[in-house]
Amino acid sequence: MDYQTIKTTTQKGVLWIRLNRPDKLNAFNEQMGNDLLEALKEGEKTESTRCLVITGEGRAFSVGEDLNTNKELYSEGKGLLLGEVIRKKYNPIVSRIRKMDKPVIAAINGVTAGAGLGLALACDLRAASDKASFHEAFIKVGLAPDSGTSFWLTRILGLGRAMEVAMLGEPIPAGMALNLGLVNWVFPDAEFASEVAKIAERLAAGPTRALALTKRALNRAIVVDMDSALEYEAYLQEIAGKSKDHVEGVKAFFEKREASFSGH
Amino acid sequence: MSYETLLVAKEGHLGLITLNRPDALNALNWKMVNELITALADFEKDESVRCVVLAGSEKAFSAGADIKEMADMTAVQMTMTEHFFPLWDKVGNYRKPIVGALSGFVLGGGLELAMSCDVLVASETTQLGQPEIDIGVIPGGGGTQRLTRAVGKYKAMEMILTGKRIGAEEAKTLGLVSRVVPKEAYLSEAKKLATEIAAKSPVAIKLAKMAVNKAFEMGLSEGLDFERELFYLLFASEDKKEGMRAFMEKRKPEFKGK
Repeated sequence: MDYQTIKTTTQKGVLWIRLNRPDKLNAFNEQMGNDLLEALKEGEKTESTRCLVITGEGRAFSVGEDLNTNKELYSEGKGLLLGEVIRKKYNPIVSRIRKMDKPVIAAINGVTAGAGLGLALACDLRAASDKASFHEAFIKVGLAPDSGTSFWLTRILGLGRAMEVAMLGEPIPAGMALNLGLVNWVFPDAEFASEVAKIAERLAAGPTRALALTKRALNRAIVVDMDSALEYEAYLQEIAGKSKDHVEGVKAFFEKREASFSGH
Repeated sequence: MSYETLLVAKEGHLGLITLNRPDALNALNWKMVNELITALADFEKDESVRCVVLAGSEKAFSAGADIKEMADMTAVQMTMTEHFFPLWDKVGNYRKPIVGALSGFVLGGGLELAMSCDVLVASETTQLGQPEIDIGVIPGGGGTQRLTRAVGKYKAMEMILTGKRIGAEEAKTLGLVSRVVPKEAYLSEAKKLATEIAAKSPVAIKLAKMAVNKAFEMGLSEGLDFERELFYLLFASEDKKEGMRAFMEKRKPEFKGK
């Protein structure tokens, strides 16, 4: 598949998706939205792909919506119908990442703002370079949170912190992001790519079915009551219990060796 | 009996019918409609079948009527062939309980077929809708009547006037589907539910279905009279004696349908 605004490579079962508009700090124009969604679909369909990583080329992860696309309109003092942009461009990406039966990692190599932060938060796990910084920047341009940031920030940070981040829009450096639980790891920039690769390859060699079911269970648990969560766990465990990787995992345990998971 | 568009099997007291035109997202065509009528009729006659499970594929229960077949039909042809109405009559008046196992697309005629079932289990990937308005017609297999009775006027209007789909969770909230489960489990869940129903007294189940369906056609006092008559009637059954005796003896009843 040929993409104009992203680059994809596959390595050891990991599909790397690189946002590739470095001169625009990987801001989202329409093409990049389409390319990313297509790449996600491809990764979801390809059976040998067992983990996805989204990262950025250059010094940014992504600064979100490309305001330059509509510069003229704004210069004339007009605005945009942003609701449609969000529904068409960002919401399908967020939804696809969350519903995908494979782990998706955000490798936040640099600055990330607005919908770029939304993209990072939509992923299952987040690794940041020590050069990365996070900007819930909507308020700075007179907007409210979008691309899922209101949903994830409240759940990750709690309401109090989320309100602070969204209302003040102050930049959050990598170290603070780690303390807040906004990212799972911070690595020195020089080792960033190889450290992320280690995590991604570990996941790609894991019991993919069980990882998928784990993802579904946790995603659901944050939006339902306890009884529904318990019931849902029972269904998922019944499915996991029938997987080859479950049998392999238990066998490996008894035989005191490392399990070799096929993803099935 | 072998079918071109269906997979038909029996498991214990269950009759299983699976719509099987996966390449066409199980679109209903003449062949499938006729085969469905036959398969349903066979299970209706078969005394060992106490409950039917009707399913499609994970991707689509049924995406609706095959539009290619309808595109060139005239009003007269529709009238004279009665299109799919024999099917709607068959499922609408079916005497045994049908559990619908839904997943993926449940659209147009697919949703109408689903709503002719008695209980619905859905995978969480299910999308339900009546999109007929988008091709310049309206639901013709009971959609305007059954959806309205199921979810009320305003939600039905929104769905039928805009053609917009709803997801499984919303359908559950609306009371249209009873259970929403992971996609890997929808079929086994439907069978589990059907097995539960099949373990009850077939006589009581049959009359219970009749009574509930009458609720949509009668006023309350006539409905209550109708229910009462059926209730008294069941006191003539062996299953009633067995059920009550088993209850007192603290054991599981064994119903025979007599």
